[in-house]
Amino acid sequence: MAGGIKKFVVGTFDDEKVLFPAVKNVRKAGYKIHDVYTPFPVHGLDHAMGLRETSLHTAGFIYAITGTTTALTFISWVFTKDWPLDIGGKPNFALPAWIPITFELTVLFSAVGMVLTFCYLCNLAPFVKKHHFHPRATDDLFVMAIECTGKTNDAEVQSFLKNAGAQEVNVQEVETGWWIGTYDKEQKLYKEEKGY
Amino acid sequence: MDHQFQLPGSYKKWTYGLIGAGVIALVWGLIMYHPFEHAGHGEHADSTRFWAVLLQNSVFFLLVVNAAMFFICVTTMAMGGWVIAFRRVSEAISSVVPILGILTFVILMAIVFGGRTDIYHWLDTDAVAKDHILTGKSGFLNIKFYTIWSALTIFLWWFLGKKMRSLSLQSDKEGHMDYETGKKWIWKNTVWASLYTIVFTLTVASTIPWLWLMSIDAHWYSTMYSWYTFASTFVSGVSLIALFVIYLKNRNELPYVTEEHLHDLGKFMFAFSVFWTYLWFSQYMLIWYSNQPEETKYFIERIGTATKAGPYKAIFFLNLIINFLCPLLILMKKGTKRNWTMVTFMAVLIIFGHWLDFFQMVMPGTVHGHYHLMPFEFGIACLFIGLIMWGTGNYLSKHSLLAKNHPFLKESMIHHT
Repeated sequence: MAGGIKKFVVGTFDDEKVLFPAVKNVRKAGYKIHDVYTPFPVHGLDHAMGLRETSLHTAGFIYAITGTTTALTFISWVFTKDWPLDIGGKPNFALPAWIPITFELTVLFSAVGMVLTFCYLCNLAPFVKKHHFHPRATDDLFVMAIECTGKTNDAEVQSFLKNAGAQEVNVQEVETGWWIGTYDKEQKLYKEEKGY
Repeated sequence: MDHQFQLPGSYKKWTYGLIGAGVIALVWGLIMYHPFEHAGHGEHADSTRFWAVLLQNSVFFLLVVNAAMFFICVTTMAMGGWVIAFRRVSEAISSVVPILGILTFVILMAIVFGGRTDIYHWLDTDAVAKDHILTGKSGFLNIKFYTIWSALTIFLWWFLGKKMRSLSLQSDKEGHMDYETGKKWIWKNTVWASLYTIVFTLTVASTIPWLWLMSIDAHWYSTMYSWYTFASTFVSGVSLIALFVIYLKNRNELPYVTEEHLHDLGKFMFAFSVFWTYLWFSQYMLIWYSNQPEETKYFIERIGTATKAGPYKAIFFLNLIINFLCPLLILMKKGTKRNWTMVTFMAVLIIFGHWLDFFQMVMPGTVHGHYHLMPFEFGIACLFIGLIMWGTGNYLSKHSLLAKNHPFLKESMIHHT
């Protein structure tokens, strides 16, 4: 996933009550909200931002049935074909005894798979350094980043955000996407790379 | 907001229709099945069927309506606000406890004092004296303890449930509560709810299923049994609440109930179906694995052995499909839990499934292989469903459908999953 450089207009808010109408007005005006960063989960913000329902649970279901199938096929192959053993006079195909393992593999596959998928979807990994639009987004400020396209007049967006109740407004140029290894230093832009 | 819900004519028609059908079935049973004859020598085998069906239905439906009060009490203790929008519905269902309680008590007493050794083997004093397992259990399985404990249990369910309901109704008259009064009122609710829950633990979650149902197979025991019974009736109870909520919502009542509340009820139905399966499996797997003759007997009577299929094999596995596979696969998706039609369908399916579960818990130890699923069995079920509809309808048409002064009402109105 190659990234690029994008320009963002960033506004900070110090109250949910201001943030919600601001989100609504920004969307109504036709600007594209890149994301809103909040110090804690804000109930209903996803609806206000018009975010698409996540498909993470569908992925989870697929991982789960993969786990179920893996467990059942492997155990039944081992105990009926590969190495049949007489255990306590039970039949070789001893389904009830396998259910706990099947259950555990179902949970394991779905949990691990969902965590990895989540990290992938959010571009999270130990070697990825994310750009922070505002350091206080993890403390006490709500930070809204509006993506600018070629046609966007950023001065207009800035004054729009100010009117919507933003405390502090600025413009930032940021690299997006996965950049393995390049984010280990403090913010270096792609266009500063050799041979750009 | 001050208007009073009136039962529509169609509701009354169904109520009286179901009760009528049930009474016909009951009278038919009284005439045709010789319920007061002893079934000892195979002459009046149907008399066992008569009592077994009454036992199954009365205990099942009593525990289901009682589960509605348990639902109120646990949500009260957990400070759950989301249920307030439809709390009166669960109250209405729980108000049927005294009616079904008395009926169940009469049936149990008829069985015990009628000396129905075909239902409860431990009633046979000669057999108990010769049998060291039953002698060992006779401190618990005897008529005196059975009678007193059953009576006390039903009384406490009624009394503590009544207290919870009257606290709720009392709030309607007293007007809006300020912070301090509200806090006191919630605390009072919490105390009574805790008392109810303690009684519930000592009865539904332990002794009552042992006495009423497990003692049919007097030699056998399972430590999972009471939890299994509880899971069965609780998931049916929540399904019943969901059915009434959907019905009232369809009649433009319950203004604050939204898809969000339905979603959470659906989650309960899903979660407790899985919980039931967990207990089903734990009971089955341990017995299957250790393979002790005195324990496997219970399952051999139902599903038979590897070489010979038992009479209940089809019902036993159908039970697992209806109560586990269907809720698991259908209710898993968020869309189905928020779909009024699908939740209605699943609620009916779950209640039927657990009724069938109780059928296969009661019948093998009483009528053995000679079970029937005929109009008589369904007729008696109709009688109890009709009584539940009658009692619930009575409560709903007498009291406001909204606990309008409940301090958590706002929380329920803005509830969002």
